[in-house]
Amino acid sequence: MFDTALSAADLWFLTKGAGMTILVTAVSVVFGTVLGIVFGVFRYQLGAIWAAPVTFVLDVSRSIPLLIQLVLANAFLGTVLRLQMSGFTVACMVLTLYTAAYCAEIVRGGIDAVPLNTRRAARSLGMTWAQDMRYIVMPLATRVALPSWIGLALGVMKDSALVYVVQVVELMKSTQILITRLQEPLFLLLICGLFYFVISFPLARFGGYLEKRWSND
Amino acid sequence: MIEIENVYKSFGALQVLKGINLTVPNGEVLTVIGGSGSGKSTLLTCINGLEKIDSGRILVDGTDVHAKSTDLNKLRQKLGIVFQQFNAFPHLTVLENVTLAPRKVLGQSKEQAREMAVKQLSHVGLGDKLDVYPSRLSGGQQQRMAIARALAMSPDYMLFDEVTSALDPQLVGEVLDTLRLLASEGMTMICVTHEMKFAREVSDRVAFFDKGVMAEIAPPAQLFDAPQTESLKTFLAATH
Ligand SMILES: Nc1ncnc2c1ncn2[C@@H]1O[C@H](COP(=O)(O)OP(=O)(O)OP(=O)(O)O)[C@@H](O)[C@H]1O
Ligand SMILES: [Mg+2]
Repeated sequence: MFDTALSAADLWFLTKGAGMTILVTAVSVVFGTVLGIVFGVFRYQLGAIWAAPVTFVLDVSRSIPLLIQLVLANAFLGTVLRLQMSGFTVACMVLTLYTAAYCAEIVRGGIDAVPLNTRRAARSLGMTWAQDMRYIVMPLATRVALPSWIGLALGVMKDSALVYVVQVVELMKSTQILITRLQEPLFLLLICGLFYFVISFPLARFGGYLEKRWSND
Repeated sequence: MIEIENVYKSFGALQVLKGINLTVPNGEVLTVIGGSGSGKSTLLTCINGLEKIDSGRILVDGTDVHAKSTDLNKLRQKLGIVFQQFNAFPHLTVLENVTLAPRKVLGQSKEQAREMAVKQLSHVGLGDKLDVYPSRLSGGQQQRMAIARALAMSPDYMLFDEVTSALDPQLVGEVLDTLRLLASEGMTMICVTHEMKFAREVSDRVAFFDKGVMAEIAPPAQLFDAPQTESLKTFLAATH
């Protein structure tokens, strides 16, 4: 098994793939979370009926397989709208919306979990809606939402393996390229899995750390 | 002065307040008693504008609470309210619970707010719990913290909604003592309560609510010893 043709250059190639995976994930999770918070608050404030258009878009994004979304978005943006967009941009856009769709639900659930009485207490002290959101709802909702959000972020990272269909060479695609060349699928997949683990582990641990820190109150 | 003029309020088809008229002058301790669902809590939440009213007016120092032009956040600074359910901010320490609104709403400095908070927390007997999280407090301590939190805004009026109802019997006394202390200091208070002994002892006047109507209002001796209406007689007989 250690008798491998994998060279240092190949490892560097995989590392660059991992870098792309991190980049696509980071961009999508950051923007997706911001959008998700906006949509989530929006849905919570407006109620189901007024928020219906937004909900519809988010539902679509959640229910169509990512692979199909990527291919269709790429075709639509490139061929129909004739926009000069890189695969990377398309990938980030689709994944951002996908993240936002799930994040909006997580955010709404988090806000829902804050007891109305606690919020009334805040408002009755003269706090504005925004102050209530900032100092009471946000910290309490975050505690509730964090485990799901970590799960979402890790999920998006793994799902980002699909962006190869828009010509982005990330970790999974890099691995496949090497497999084709070296014909050592099991060994390479093992390495690839290790890379994914190394990327995910800090995020999972960070979540665990925050949960522990918050458990005292 | 709090002036309540012909206030009507319903939740959907359910009429909860049916023409309430009531004036609470400064310095008065008014207790409100009455059966479950008679509209006592609703009246308090209407006074500080957490609930809207259907018709009538509520004036606090001459300001119409429900007028469009009224800045409710500003008005609420003079109306402290403590609810039946404990509603500490669970992610903040006792000290932070009390300093949050003075800092963010009144714009006090950290030190200024802390000084006031320590004063109010000591006042209610929690001077040694500053850095504790609310989950470590008993129900009685949580209610006293809520009182200190409201007092830290230097309100002119305090509204209490059955602040002892959710407490174990042995913790009721400590919270009532805090209310007595406030009353003796001349705070204008409206206390919704089921504690008849307390009502008799601290109130200037007691109001009896029955099905959305203020059926009787009188000084405690008169109201308790010479009830005028059948409903009050029945209510008092049931609580004794
Ligand atoms: N937000 C609300 N939506 C719908 N109905 C409500 C709401 N708040 C109160 N009610 C109803 O209004 C009526 C009066 O409620 P309120 O809480 O004012 O009574 P109360 O006198 O405080 O009773 P209790 O002694 O049980 O606290 C009740 O029938 C209650 O179910
Ligand atoms: Mg009530």
